[in-house]
Amino acid sequence: MLRLTLYLVIGIALFLALKHVYTYLPEAVLRKMVRIWDKIFLSLTWVFAGVTVLALGFIIFHILSNGIPHLSPRLFAVNVTLGDVSMFPAIISTVLMVIIVLAISVPLGMFTAVFLVEYMRTGSWFVTLIRSAAEILAGIPSIVYGLFGMMFFRVFLGMGFSILSGSLTMSIMMLPLIIRTTEEALKSVPDTYREGSFALGAGKLRTVFRIILPNAMPGIFAGVILAIGRVVGESAALIFTAGTILQIPSSLFDSARTLTVHMWRLSSYGQYVNETYATAVVLLLVVLSLNAVSGVIARKFTKT
Amino acid sequence: MKMRKMSKYGMEFSMKIVFAACACVSIIAISLIAIFLFTGGLPAIFEIGIYEFFLGQRWAPGDRYPAVPAFGVLPMIVGSIYITLGALVIGVPIGLFTAIYLAYMCPHRIYVFVKPVVNLLAGIPSVVYGFFGMVVLVPMIRPFAREITGGGTGESIMAASILLGIMILPVVIGISESAIRAVPANYLEGALALGASKTRSVFCVIVPAAKSGIMAAVVLGVGRAVGETMAVNMVAGNQARMPTHLLRGVRSLTANIVMEMPYAYGLHRDALTATGVVLLLFILIINMLFVFLVRKGR
Repeated sequence: MLRLTLYLVIGIALFLALKHVYTYLPEAVLRKMVRIWDKIFLSLTWVFAGVTVLALGFIIFHILSNGIPHLSPRLFAVNVTLGDVSMFPAIISTVLMVIIVLAISVPLGMFTAVFLVEYMRTGSWFVTLIRSAAEILAGIPSIVYGLFGMMFFRVFLGMGFSILSGSLTMSIMMLPLIIRTTEEALKSVPDTYREGSFALGAGKLRTVFRIILPNAMPGIFAGVILAIGRVVGESAALIFTAGTILQIPSSLFDSARTLTVHMWRLSSYGQYVNETYATAVVLLLVVLSLNAVSGVIARKFTKT
Repeated sequence: MKMRKMSKYGMEFSMKIVFAACACVSIIAISLIAIFLFTGGLPAIFEIGIYEFFLGQRWAPGDRYPAVPAFGVLPMIVGSIYITLGALVIGVPIGLFTAIYLAYMCPHRIYVFVKPVVNLLAGIPSVVYGFFGMVVLVPMIRPFAREITGGGTGESIMAASILLGIMILPVVIGISESAIRAVPANYLEGALALGASKTRSVFCVIVPAAKSGIMAAVVLGVGRAVGETMAVNMVAGNQARMPTHLLRGVRSLTANIVMEMPYAYGLHRDALTATGVVLLLFILIINMLFVFLVRKGR
């Protein structure tokens, strides 16, 4: 490890020394070097952009080609026992969790953004405070949310391993995303709409609900779909809050594993590699289609 | 008439209060997170001893009499730092050059294809990344690990770094692309007018001008890499000892929590919470750096 660092330092020193030599070279050589340098850097941009695309392509291709042949009815069996490979209960739990998380975080986030954009002056201390709070929330790693959810919702509030404590944890996690996207959407509604509404005698509240929010809806919706993707893809925050029991939840206080957690459990068993591939296929398809829908909405929104 | 007006204003006022209350939820949430983590973790740090906790090299929470349990978190801190550095070595050059390509070099037809690809990379769940690393990267590294270090399964700093390098790409690309695009067009025009080629103008004028935005992208990438849990946990090997080799296993702070929390109790549990506190402090420092760099960029 130390030797590697040493090599790196020597390399950088050599490079810097070389830079000084340039000044003493004849102009013809310099021109040629510049041309070669140009070519190298230009092709590097192509190569690295290619690497990015290939990385995604390879991951998706690998998962799909290994997973699709193993998509069997057994994986969607309705009746399950503990330790089963069926993802049916996991899908139900995931859908349930997405619904609850959205029901909590979308109104909260939306109203926060409405307050920040429509009611407060930009740059007031309160706006700065909430915006930095949201920024910090966005940066906290999901495992820390998991710890917090475990200590607060599961133990302190006594919700135990349950969909509810998982959903509440996830709702806090989604807040910054919803706030930011709604804020952007609200800001993109032209001020003339507000002025027109006020001129017709509508109050602030009516203007917000009848004029501004409907016009900002596509932007908000794109954010909501991104949030759904995040909830579906989350695992670290859920292991300690919603738990990992594979069952169709009968109430909000039941423990349940979402599809992502289910895939993680399967992958850690070792003998279920094929089933894990198949679960990954379902997961990927959900996430990819959500991404596509969000992209389409966002594009439509920016065009009109 | 007067009544209606009153109730209308009452409605306006009460809804304003509701909006304000919703806005306060973020602040309440962040204070709750801070309170619960610190009250859970700090006493444990003091009980273990600040020096033993942060600089102790032995993490052995399960040791029973006559051995003494040890809660030194240094191996995990160093492990997280190594993995993150490795992710940067792989992710930043690829991300930066892709961002430059997207912003200046590529025709529109390719842009509309590559941009969604970058967004998709951000959408793939970390468990899927981790599983991919488990079945593809780790077996690929295994023979090298056996050859060079004489053992190991291939679960290593290398595997985690490559995987994280891919995972931070969308962050690095997204933010540095917008930073590069934010550089005024007359910089490029000026460089071109002085006779520099387009490649040279972009690399020697535009990119240096976007430096603070690009640094912000890197810092945010660091934040992602430090906080990533499941993918790292699945490919890094998770041995709680000081990292010995690039091709040998290591445990990150995040993996430490997620692996041991299910069966931890007592001081062990609090020590894991304290690990979370260390992680949170890392992230807060990184966040502050990010905000500072973004402000500087403006």
